[in-house]
Amino acid sequence: MKRVVITGAGTINALGSSVPATLEAMREGRCGISELEFRDVDRLAITIGGQVKGFEPERVFNRQQLALYDRFTQFTLIAAREAVAQSGLTFHDALSERSGVVLGTSGGGLTTQDENYRAVYEEGKNRVHPFVVPKLMNNAAASHVSMEFNLRGPSFTVATACASSNHAMGQAFHMIRSGMCDAMITGGSESMLCFGGVKAWEGLRVMTKDACRPFSANRNGMVQGEGAGVFVFEEYTHAKARGAEILAEVRGFAMTSDAADIVMPSKQGAARAIAGAMRDGGIDRAEVGYINAHGTGTAANDKTECAAVADVFGPHADALMMSSTKSMHGHLIGGTGAVELLACIMALRDGVIAPTIGYQEPDPECALDVVPNEAREASVDVVLSNAFAFGGLNAVLALSRV
Amino acid sequence: MEVKQQVIEIIAEQALLEPSDVTMDSTPEDLGIDSMGLVESIFSIEEAFDISIPFNANAPSESDFDISSVASIVAGIERLIAEKTS
Repeated sequence: MKRVVITGAGTINALGSSVPATLEAMREGRCGISELEFRDVDRLAITIGGQVKGFEPERVFNRQQLALYDRFTQFTLIAAREAVAQSGLTFHDALSERSGVVLGTSGGGLTTQDENYRAVYEEGKNRVHPFVVPKLMNNAAASHVSMEFNLRGPSFTVATACASSNHAMGQAFHMIRSGMCDAMITGGSESMLCFGGVKAWEGLRVMTKDACRPFSANRNGMVQGEGAGVFVFEEYTHAKARGAEILAEVRGFAMTSDAADIVMPSKQGAARAIAGAMRDGGIDRAEVGYINAHGTGTAANDKTECAAVADVFGPHADALMMSSTKSMHGHLIGGTGAVELLACIMALRDGVIAPTIGYQEPDPECALDVVPNEAREASVDVVLSNAFAFGGLNAVLALSRV
Repeated sequence: MEVKQQVIEIIAEQALLEPSDVTMDSTPEDLGIDSMGLVESIFSIEEAFDISIPFNANAPSESDFDISSVASIVAGIERLIAEKTS
């Protein structure tokens, strides 16, 4: 089996429009959640989100591109450009054919759908722009990345709700580890912060109106975010041979299904995924120093996740740190695991553990070290990133220093 | 139809029971209604009476709407209807 390393990272999210800006915000425990700004927001009960503000797509993309790029594709391309530039890779000849793109998203071009349904249903128009379909399709972002960077190998999109980008990155990992590919662009993107996107979530009654407070006893729900996280995964000897800077090694990955409930999480399903990722990477549980939690801030997720971690790690659960950066950037649904992987890389490379902000009251059902409110310096060797989706689909990645 | 009877019918339908099996002191738990069942019942009640019920599934006891029994749910709805028409 080949070893897989990360040689590039890129992002845009509510905390910043690059990896350095995002990591700085995480170190400072800054909150990117603010009042939502879009059409008809006054008809919503939930009016906060981790929205990317001050973003002017017309400064980045030309008219022809904007006609084809939904906001989730725009975010993806911005993050992919940063990641590929950092990796220093150019894709041509054999490398081009042995490289592809696997990205996660849940809603795909939801903003495009929302705008065009509004045009035909609410405004009574009988004509839509010719590119509505190629703009809204879930694989649009992956396809545009393949075109921009000449990636001619396997490319596709993974949709498993809140676990989409972890499932995507796990696929990319497997494709390199098995020898199928030399490099993969992977991660995820989401842009659901439009009237229809937030209205649908409102219906579930699991959103908070004030703040995302994972693991805090007074937590009262999740906050949606938007943006993208994109990485370059590369075969270890390939990266080594060209002297690339290695950000981290992807050591293990596991996926499980609860096979139980469409919305309620399962401790067993989560625990099997966590234990599976360590087993897959040949990692002893005592080596794990940090877990980037799924940590949505809902009553159900946080206590189930803490119970799963306690079950898997036994006494070591009290020695490790587990934080939820969703408290800062919100829940990016299909892109969330990708942005959260940045906190994992920061922990390994910089020895800085991103905090769980908004934490106010200890909850006996979440009695782990959740790194409350302030980032912490700590040296960790192995980290995990959890994602547990609606539908009971779980995906956990394990990373380490090389 | 009075509010009470209409609410009992909505709750009975959600709980897969006969309306006669739903009493005013029944709790959602007694009737076998879980948190998502409760969210669905509240949606049906909002639609039936054209009201908005403040309810967060993460903190049901902290919502301004008391869902501890059928009687408290009916009282809350009557109050919201009165507020709407006043």
